[in-house]
Amino acid sequence: MLDTIRRLVDEQGRLSKAATAIGDDADLYAAGLTSFAAVQLMLALEETFDVEFPDHMLNRRSFSSISAIAGCLHELKGEEAA
Amino acid sequence: MNAPLDRGADVVTTAARHADDVDRNGRFPIEAVRALKDARLLSLLIPVEFGGGGASLFDVAEICTSLGQRCASTAMIFAMHQIKVSSLVAHGRGSAWHEDFMRRLCDEQLLLGSATTEGGIGGNMRNSICAFERDGATFRIAKEGALISYGAYSDAILVTARRAADAPPSDQQMAVLEKSQYRLERTGGWDALGMRGTCSEGFTFSGEAPVEQIFTHDFAEIASESMLATAHLLWSAVWFGVASDALSRAQSFVRKDARRHPNGPAPGALRLAEATAKLQLMRSNIVEGLKRFAKAQQNEDDLNSMSFAVAMNNIKIGSSQLSIEIINHALLIAGIAGYKNDTPFSVGRHMRDALSAQVMISNDRIFTNLSNMLLAQRIDQRLGE
Repeated sequence: MLDTIRRLVDEQGRLSKAATAIGDDADLYAAGLTSFAAVQLMLALEETFDVEFPDHMLNRRSFSSISAIAGCLHELKGEEAA
Repeated sequence: MNAPLDRGADVVTTAARHADDVDRNGRFPIEAVRALKDARLLSLLIPVEFGGGGASLFDVAEICTSLGQRCASTAMIFAMHQIKVSSLVAHGRGSAWHEDFMRRLCDEQLLLGSATTEGGIGGNMRNSICAFERDGATFRIAKEGALISYGAYSDAILVTARRAADAPPSDQQMAVLEKSQYRLERTGGWDALGMRGTCSEGFTFSGEAPVEQIFTHDFAEIASESMLATAHLLWSAVWFGVASDALSRAQSFVRKDARRHPNGPAPGALRLAEATAKLQLMRSNIVEGLKRFAKAQQNEDDLNSMSFAVAMNNIKIGSSQLSIEIINHALLIAGIAGYKNDTPFSVGRHMRDALSAQVMISNDRIFTNLSNMLLAQRIDQRLGE
């Protein structure tokens, strides 16, 4: 999952460096993620993982790091499995 | 009526007396700003523990509206100052320098300006080209092409820049620089259609100061947690004042006309009825927004949520559009008497001032951001909470 998230961050995040050079917990906003690009990234995550981000996850923290994104996806996938 | 609003009433009288001259000559409303300082209203939002008025944003908005009814330039300067103060209060706590600065702001009634724009960023204040260049305990900054409202009259300026020379454009911080720490080189004037007293001239801003004057919170947080809401709410409060005064003038016209022609209302009376519905919409929009912000301040996730950002942006869009519609109605009601600049029913200045609403942060830019957010955020279909 983390590799796929990194690929999508690379494609949609318009960061100043490659996602492979960014730690799981590193601040994506400090790496240049804008709120505009965060929405594009969210759409790509929804398409790839076949999930929908609910309104309560649409805040700055959800997209603040690769592990935060993975946490959201786990929660969404978990809800689906339950 | 409470005390800050009482003190505001005196300032409103002063602002009204000089409003025409301020507008005609495109000059800074020095008398009204001095009156704001004398009434200690520049520190209205600062908590009592630091020597301020400890007032709510509701009180500040009310004063913006009262001033907006008489001198929109003074009202907008007051609003823009308070937006900066709100960032200081929300993000300066816990920092010894910023807490001390708040105390001095109260003692000396310092007027805060803002240098968040920059030449070459295409109007998007969430990007910077210039950077804080740290050298030991101090930093240097040089920002070109910044539009700084009342920059020449500010006592301190809050300036944004990239965190460091190697940071991406969106990784910004904000610092407070005092007048003795910066230099302003004027690069553009302010001969504008309206809001002529804000003196929003172009400058090259350069300065140096101790690094402790940089806020520890990222500018992204400051922008979304204090600036976004206070800017859209207080600007809207100013425009509400401008629009409500125009409509009040139109109502006087209709009443005068009705006394002369007792056999049925003039056609303008219908327009007045229609416009009061718009004014009510505008008021509800702003009051609802003030409540929404007060609620979001209790919950950091809500404050940083997309639904909150959508709501605040919509308030700006709504009030900027409604203000112009209302003033245009006032003009239709009063006709030539409203079009002329020297009658009790004149609304020319109101219209010119209010036209700024759709371009100070262009509505089209806001629509672009909103339409992006609406790819994610669902339409809120509830009536209540």
